[in-house]
Amino acid sequence: MSVPDEEGPLLEVSGVVKRFTGVLALDRVSLELAPGEVHALVGENGAGKSTLIKVITGVYRPDEGTMRLAGRPAEFAGPLEAQRAGIQAVHQEIGLVPALSVARNLLLGREPRRRFGTLDVGRMHREAGEILASYGIDVDVRRPLRSLGVGVQQMVALARAVSVDARVVVMDEPTSSLEPREVETLFGVVRRLRERAVSVIYVSHRLDELYRICDGVTVLRDGRVVHQGPLAELDRLRLVSLMLGRPVADVRQGGVTRFSGGHDAARETPVVEASGLTRRHVLDDVSVAIRPGEVVGLGGLLGAGRTETAKAIAGALPLDGGRVTVAGTPLRRGSAAAAIRAGVALLPEDRKAEGVIGTLSVRENIALAALPRLSRAGLVSEARIDRIVDTFMRRLRIKAAGPHQRVAELSGGNQQKVLLARWLATEPKILLLDEPTRGIDVGAKAEVQALIDELAEDGLGVLLISADLEELVEGSDRVVVLKDGAVVGELSGGDLTEERVMTTIADAGGGTP
Amino acid sequence: MTTETAAVPASRFDRARLLAWLQDYGVYAAIAALILVNIAITPRFLTLENLRTQLVQVAPVVIVSFGMALVIGTEGVDLSVGSVMALTTALIPLYLGYGVVPAVVAGLLGGVAVGLVNGSLVAFVGVQPIVATLALFVGGRGIALVVAGGQLKDVHDQTLLDLGSSSLAGIPLPVVVAAVLTVVVMAVVRRTTFGRRLVAIGGNRTASELSGLPVRRVLLLVYVVSGLLAAVAGTLATARLQASDPSSLGLLMELSAITAVVVGGTPLNGGRVRVLGTVAGALLIQLVRATLIKHDLADSIAQMVQAVIILAAVYAARGAGRR
Repeated sequence: MSVPDEEGPLLEVSGVVKRFTGVLALDRVSLELAPGEVHALVGENGAGKSTLIKVITGVYRPDEGTMRLAGRPAEFAGPLEAQRAGIQAVHQEIGLVPALSVARNLLLGREPRRRFGTLDVGRMHREAGEILASYGIDVDVRRPLRSLGVGVQQMVALARAVSVDARVVVMDEPTSSLEPREVETLFGVVRRLRERAVSVIYVSHRLDELYRICDGVTVLRDGRVVHQGPLAELDRLRLVSLMLGRPVADVRQGGVTRFSGGHDAARETPVVEASGLTRRHVLDDVSVAIRPGEVVGLGGLLGAGRTETAKAIAGALPLDGGRVTVAGTPLRRGSAAAAIRAGVALLPEDRKAEGVIGTLSVRENIALAALPRLSRAGLVSEARIDRIVDTFMRRLRIKAAGPHQRVAELSGGNQQKVLLARWLATEPKILLLDEPTRGIDVGAKAEVQALIDELAEDGLGVLLISADLEELVEGSDRVVVLKDGAVVGELSGGDLTEERVMTTIADAGGGTP
Repeated sequence: MTTETAAVPASRFDRARLLAWLQDYGVYAAIAALILVNIAITPRFLTLENLRTQLVQVAPVVIVSFGMALVIGTEGVDLSVGSVMALTTALIPLYLGYGVVPAVVAGLLGGVAVGLVNGSLVAFVGVQPIVATLALFVGGRGIALVVAGGQLKDVHDQTLLDLGSSSLAGIPLPVVVAAVLTVVVMAVVRRTTFGRRLVAIGGNRTASELSGLPVRRVLLLVYVVSGLLAAVAGTLATARLQASDPSSLGLLMELSAITAVVVGGTPLNGGRVRVLGTVAGALLIQLVRATLIKHDLADSIAQMVQAVIILAAVYAARGAGRR
């Protein structure tokens, strides 16, 4: 049915360039998909994966380059046209109607009708059941979709996508909310698609899944293809190093970062102990302890649970299980305010969405979290705020026209320093830094790195998350490696090298049995 | 980034700055212009009597607008303020038999109760502010009519009437109350943790939560304050009208208040509260209406002019926000 007439690639993307307000998101990306091929698309944050997917599914139009589908030029004015041409995407957000039955959802828009246009319910249920059964999905098609688990809902979405004459199916992190058993069902569907010569673009960070199901692989980094070829010929360590952008052979020893390294903290008792942090599909029994004066790094790929671990410690992530104690006192679960009072400070990953308050001044942004200690009976002490703001603006060398300048007008690096000041003003015992140097200029980066060092020397416990492997290894005294939400290793001393971090990620057995 | 700014034509850059200036100070300029026009064309405009009338009329709007400004500062809106005024005016005569103080307290408690319901829905249930306050926008006046037995009642208690008609050092009491509240609300916004937190929450709720701010408590309180201020306005209006008329008191007040706040330069998407601007916004609209009425133009024209002012304010806010 959907097998192309001639031999050759089913989907051919060549030289695609996409810019957003001057920023190059895709730089001459090419990709070929053979009929029935399951192709892995991998890369870290900002690599350009989602942009590429959006170009392929017709959401974006490429600035340069062409696409061909089954040998014919393909140019889509919108996602609907791409769907009509046979390119279907299955997203994490499901996009079905929760209140309707499974069968209605599956056949939405093409329900079987009787002569007078009334719904032929019997036939609809039969057809829907057959479609699902052909993918090995066993579910009562009369039940409303919302009464089913997220995994099954996703299967229905997938079955719907592929049953409408799909030729290319894009799966974006399809297993992120699936149970292990459901993952097996999904793989069954993928195999059936392959038999029907439907091609699949499979986006995931779970290495085990990639190696189980994918034929070819494209690794993106900074909008460029850095590797393309059969997955079987690429060993795990190479794949991890390509994704993280650190060539295995070219790991330098020391150098560019501003860390001095080596804080002597081994003998102290931990200031923070997180044990058994668990949240379904996100964290699986994660335990981390941080001693005063120690920088503990969290290593792992995108989606491994690093940000979630930091948020869980800071009381900003609802947990199914686990506990956090600060200086021996257990924290109330799920309360950011309680964590802050106990001395936990979290510098979040997304500076703009979760950090700065753009409408407010530098001064008010700095004072925000420390307001309880800068006020009495609900009245703010301007003098104390002035003192603290002045101290930190000088200590962190925040470059602003003055304390009253709006924070939105500062550069990324200075905004980050404002956030650091906000947290230091709360006099924390432990600092959780999620990507503290991402997106800031080189000078500010060096300053922030030096500051982290200095703070640890002053006796603060620091948890450092960084996608920059060099920064992680040189900045940390110890690195806890996460994979698929679980701790898979811990490296310190002579073992703490970039290569060992990558091999730990690559060699660890997967969470999916 | 610097290269891009350089590439932008200077005129566009200036336009953004002009719009930002307009958002911040346009309302004052408009008031000044309108006063000058009136001095020129309206007979007996600059009389003490006329100024008193204008200020007495605008006082309740200013008081309600303060509550609205705080709510809008959190990226919310309170549609129920007019109904709160109706509820207050319905409650007061019921308790006048016990004395003025219990009656006024009962009226104010009505406003607090509405605020508690609004705030709970927004803060704890997570209902969108426009929907949460719509419920009591509709229902509040209904409750008020039931409470009052659907009747207009004359109010005869002299102490209460004095609230509306007496003066302090020549300044009518409602104006004094509005002026005092202006100072209080400015102090709340600038000097209290509550004020700091509410603009922070409006500016970036996620960041505020991660910074440990008591987001829900602040949201609850902000709607209570809005209800209370609307009840204060309702009390003053009852005293001035010398009657309790829950079917008409405070009608369309929510729109006047939102207009005053927005025209005064408080952005609808929160993160900022401009107290003096809000006073000016209310004054501007009052002046526009008074001017048109004095020159025998229909109320519908005043409404159209009001619409134009709102559009201008929103346009200025949009342009300024793009900086």
